[in-house]
Amino acid sequence: MNFSMSKRARTISMALMVVGIAAALIGIIGDHSEGHQHTWAALFVNGFFFFGIALGTLYFFALQYATESAWSVMVKRVYEAVMSFLPVGAIILLVVLLAGSLGIHHLWHWMDVNVRVPNEADPHAFDPAIAEKSAFLNPVFFWVRTIVYLATFILFARWFRRQSLEMDQRNGEQLVASHLKNYRRGALFLVFFAVFSSMMSWDWIMSIDAHWFSTLFGWYVFSGMWVSAMITALVLVLYLKRKGYLPQVNNSHIHDMGKWVFAISFLWSYLWFSQFMLIWYSDIPEEVIYFQVRINEHPWLLWGMFFINFAVPMVLLMSRDAKRNPRFLITVATIIFIGHWLDVVQMVMPSALGEHFHGIGALEVGLLAAFLGLFIFVVLNTLTKAPLTPVHHPYLDESIHHHT
Amino acid sequence: MANKVVYAVYEDPDVLKDAARKLVTAGVKVRDVFSPFPVHGLDPIIGIKRTRLGIVSFMFGLMGTSLALLGMWYFMVHDWPMDIGGKPSFSLYQNLPAFIPVTFEFTVLCAAHGMAITYLVRNKTLPGMPARNPDPRSTDDKFVLELRSEDNADIDGVIGVLRETPVFEINERQY
Repeated sequence: MNFSMSKRARTISMALMVVGIAAALIGIIGDHSEGHQHTWAALFVNGFFFFGIALGTLYFFALQYATESAWSVMVKRVYEAVMSFLPVGAIILLVVLLAGSLGIHHLWHWMDVNVRVPNEADPHAFDPAIAEKSAFLNPVFFWVRTIVYLATFILFARWFRRQSLEMDQRNGEQLVASHLKNYRRGALFLVFFAVFSSMMSWDWIMSIDAHWFSTLFGWYVFSGMWVSAMITALVLVLYLKRKGYLPQVNNSHIHDMGKWVFAISFLWSYLWFSQFMLIWYSDIPEEVIYFQVRINEHPWLLWGMFFINFAVPMVLLMSRDAKRNPRFLITVATIIFIGHWLDVVQMVMPSALGEHFHGIGALEVGLLAAFLGLFIFVVLNTLTKAPLTPVHHPYLDESIHHHT
Repeated sequence: MANKVVYAVYEDPDVLKDAARKLVTAGVKVRDVFSPFPVHGLDPIIGIKRTRLGIVSFMFGLMGTSLALLGMWYFMVHDWPMDIGGKPSFSLYQNLPAFIPVTFEFTVLCAAHGMAITYLVRNKTLPGMPARNPDPRSTDDKFVLELRSEDNADIDGVIGVLRETPVFEINERQY
């Protein structure tokens, strides 16, 4: 059965975009920061958040292939649909990164050549600590890396999608051959992803504080993307079920998707806390500055988002009944979804704007709404392109009879 | 009159599940099932109540959390304040991040061990306890359904229903 986007969904996604852009415009008018730094930072936060959802989904999709998981076959179209946002998110990121590279804004302070190379005309801009890192943090290498990450992610996503649609036409030996090919490609992607997801976080987010470093940062960002992806897929499946689609997705599938949200929330909390505790404990000035800014200037943002992302899923999703109750799941998922958006906000904003960041305003929320509208539109539009339930897959039958 | 117990042996978990469903629909009460591995979806069919092991585990976990915090407060703050790396040593609250790893480990330890021991005690399968298994083959490749005459007044009629299912063999015992 094919999905068709309801008029209401179309209207809501359009309305979100219009209202979001209007709110963001109000925010831009009120943005008096140098080079509209605040606007660019808010664009980056939202662009990265939704890109991260698509990327986390691509990772999970590859993981399902590499582990030859059967239960998730019923919902694989949903993952494919979320993955289709990857190129859109990549374009937003490229725009922000390119503007930074051209000196339109200074989100990435190290991109300024005077910071890395002593210049007679502007001697105070030179920063020896950043200059020491210029073997890694220089524009040419940075762009090579960025293009390689994005190209790899997008090529794999397109390949998985094409292969998945082709599988619907195949049978018997051919089907098994495609499945084994997917299995190998999935494992291969995980190798690339393991390296690139970490390096990507250093390049795009950690280098906003070019002086600061944390070895756990890549994993922390990765787990945030992963849990956001799990939440998104769960909400989408519940939405589709409510609309009467995916009749063969049963309580056990929903339960398993709820378990993923629960489990990866713990992974995220574990990694966040591991990073925090080691820095707090050792109390080394160049490391602890990161948390000092956040604890002193934005305690509500920092502790609030940690509470939402750790305590809320832990307490509310612990019981089995909670993970089998669609209404309850949607409520909790929405709360944690916002929690992980707040996580990206606190990752980027205090570093990018310093004392000029005074909390979340029209810009951030407006762009969130606009991107959410775009995301909903792109994802639902991709869902209409293929049968919601895969036609042929070696594990289709097993997935239909999934029972826990 | 002596009580009678009937053991119906099946060769396949799905066949057993279908048979159990048929028996229950016919109003038969199934006492228990012995199987080499957990048969998913069987519990609601034969009317076994949901396990409360999760609740027990949660309570053991909470106990671990509180014990760990209480212990560390006593050792590190109250009895002999320890100054490690200049961290505030006279307050549990201000030093909390340093205590989280131990608290976490102790919570997991108590929850896991508490749950495992509760499970063994409730099942009467602690090491050295006599096996209650009626048919040793049910630990290998057979699935055994237990029916008792005290649950089912018309036990001979039940055996008739059993014979209509693809049963491997039926054993009767007096007790």
